[in-house]
Amino acid sequence: MSVLGLRLEKRPSPSPALRALAPVATAVLALAASGVLIRAAGGDPFEAMAAIGVGAFGNLQNFGETMVKAAALILVGLGMIVAFRTQVANIGGEGQIIMGAIAGTWLGLTLIDVHPAVLFALVILISFAAGAFWGAIAGWLKARLQLNEVIVTIMLNYLAIYTLNWLVRGPMRAPGLAGGFPQSEALAQAAWWPRLAGTRMHVGVLLALALAILVTVFLTKTPWGYRLRAVGANAQAARYGGILVGRTILLAMVISGGLAGIAGAGEIYGLHHRLLDGISSGYGYTGIVVALLGKLNPYATVLAGIFFAALAVGMEAMQRSLGTPFALIASIQGLVVLMMLLADVLVEYRIRKA
Amino acid sequence: MDWSQFLEEAFLVSLLAGALRLSTPIILAGLGEVYAERSGVLNLGVEGVMLMGAFASFWGTTVTGSAWLGLLIGMLAGAAMGALMAFFTVTLKVDQVISGMGIYLLGGGMSSFLYRIAYGVRMLPPSIEGLSGLTIPVLSDLPIIGPVLFQHDALVYIALILVPVLGFILSRTTLGLKIRAVGENPEAADTLGINVDATRYLCVILGGVLGALGGAYISIAHLKIFADNMTVGRGFIAVAIVYFGKWRPFMTFVGALVFGSAYALQLWIQASGAPIPHQLLLMLPYALTIVILAVVARQARGPAALTRPFRRGEG
Repeated sequence: MSVLGLRLEKRPSPSPALRALAPVATAVLALAASGVLIRAAGGDPFEAMAAIGVGAFGNLQNFGETMVKAAALILVGLGMIVAFRTQVANIGGEGQIIMGAIAGTWLGLTLIDVHPAVLFALVILISFAAGAFWGAIAGWLKARLQLNEVIVTIMLNYLAIYTLNWLVRGPMRAPGLAGGFPQSEALAQAAWWPRLAGTRMHVGVLLALALAILVTVFLTKTPWGYRLRAVGANAQAARYGGILVGRTILLAMVISGGLAGIAGAGEIYGLHHRLLDGISSGYGYTGIVVALLGKLNPYATVLAGIFFAALAVGMEAMQRSLGTPFALIASIQGLVVLMMLLADVLVEYRIRKA
Repeated sequence: MDWSQFLEEAFLVSLLAGALRLSTPIILAGLGEVYAERSGVLNLGVEGVMLMGAFASFWGTTVTGSAWLGLLIGMLAGAAMGALMAFFTVTLKVDQVISGMGIYLLGGGMSSFLYRIAYGVRMLPPSIEGLSGLTIPVLSDLPIIGPVLFQHDALVYIALILVPVLGFILSRTTLGLKIRAVGENPEAADTLGINVDATRYLCVILGGVLGALGGAYISIAHLKIFADNMTVGRGFIAVAIVYFGKWRPFMTFVGALVFGSAYALQLWIQASGAPIPHQLLLMLPYALTIVILAVVARQARGPAALTRPFRRGEG
């Protein structure tokens, strides 16, 4: 009774090697697919791949660009790990990044005479809190009213986008000269996150790597992490085991949103130094892809984040030199998600004729 | 500003007609999503499907010179996207939320990518004549109702006709019964000899076709151009209004109208220079969706098997 005459038969003992190789194979296939698409666009795939490589890693400056993008993707991706491990689908990274950025900018523009190190810590805190709050709305509604978190987080994304859009054109708009653009006043230079000389690589990169370790410890070594994983594995069983499922879901969304909020702070304090429209450019969605390719493992997610950042930065460079479209990157992300799913099925199941 | 103009007939007519136009893509995509979800498949990728539909119909129109053929090509693209979604969720039985994300990203990316392959990078986008208006004789002469309801293009009428038709099929026909059975209790449906997989494929593909029609409406009927990401979240809204409409075609239609009206009102406020930030109005439908979902949460119950793949013998 199947449509394509195919049937899935569970493998009695799926190979652990294959399981580990699946994401790597997916990444390689994604590159191959990009080659095919570049060919279709009339480019030379090998030349293009070389251009992507050089664009992403060719010199210190390019490497810095890649790592800056990677930092944002890793932070969002880490948050996604926490949510998805709890079986909560946080599609709201975009909104959480924006709220973190708004709160962080507001603080920096308000507290002027504070030591930069103190401000750094306060910005991280308030951006985490703002992202966490935005995530918590969806978490609370799911925990209390069983509202579908996918729908709620997507709605919250648009609410955040329009809030930002309004703020930079209204209450937070820079007066005078800079007022020609919809953006806030610039932050005081002392508040900018330090960069590696000659690059735009800022301290947020280190922060992302440190948080990858922290999230790993949190998930594997703390009772909270255990509860998150227990709810994710089987909410019913976790409830019988005495775990407060609702509170655990809320916690997952708080952490998930908070990490995205920090990514928002990084975009402001590390890159733009002021609040402007479109600061997130899809990181909220790409972060999900990154976490999935990283198999919801923090360290693998760091690698997946660098992979996607390199692809994006390299393709931007390639677009300048070869004129092949940047729209490719979103297509590749979609392909990666679908190929990842397919690879998982192939590892766990045999596909048989029905 | 002069608030009395709110009460003037001409203003009211243009606002309502605009609201209907802006609702149309959401009505179409929302109806498709009702069918997909009633069969048990949550297609989160509607946004990507709409974008593919918007591109494919635009491309089809420029190639064939006929907006109707373009529309057909758009529908085929939507069917293909639906079939892909069904392959992953029904045949491979993988996570529906994640497959939906994949479909969204793929459709969004590929539509922009193919557009550049087809037309290159230009300063001026190619323009088309698109779907022309179809004024219904006699009815369009009625006061108020005429210009609000009967002076649109064909897709608006199609959307309006589809609401009762698809509602009737779902609640009053054998096919509708099968769809609902598959979405509520696939094991029981299977026992009764209903082909669960085929029914789900049918519904998800239909959802794809309708989503593509929604996208096509934006590109070849309403704006007559294609632009990256031109659906700006309407696909996600379509998914939300299905919840809003409690998985029923008519209430989903009402939800789409609420969104369309808010868009129309917002456009007008922006144009009138009123002192209200238009963004606040744009936020209204999204906030409203969350509030309404929270209020109806206790009664709103989706299809029991929504997002649950069907494996024979695993009740």
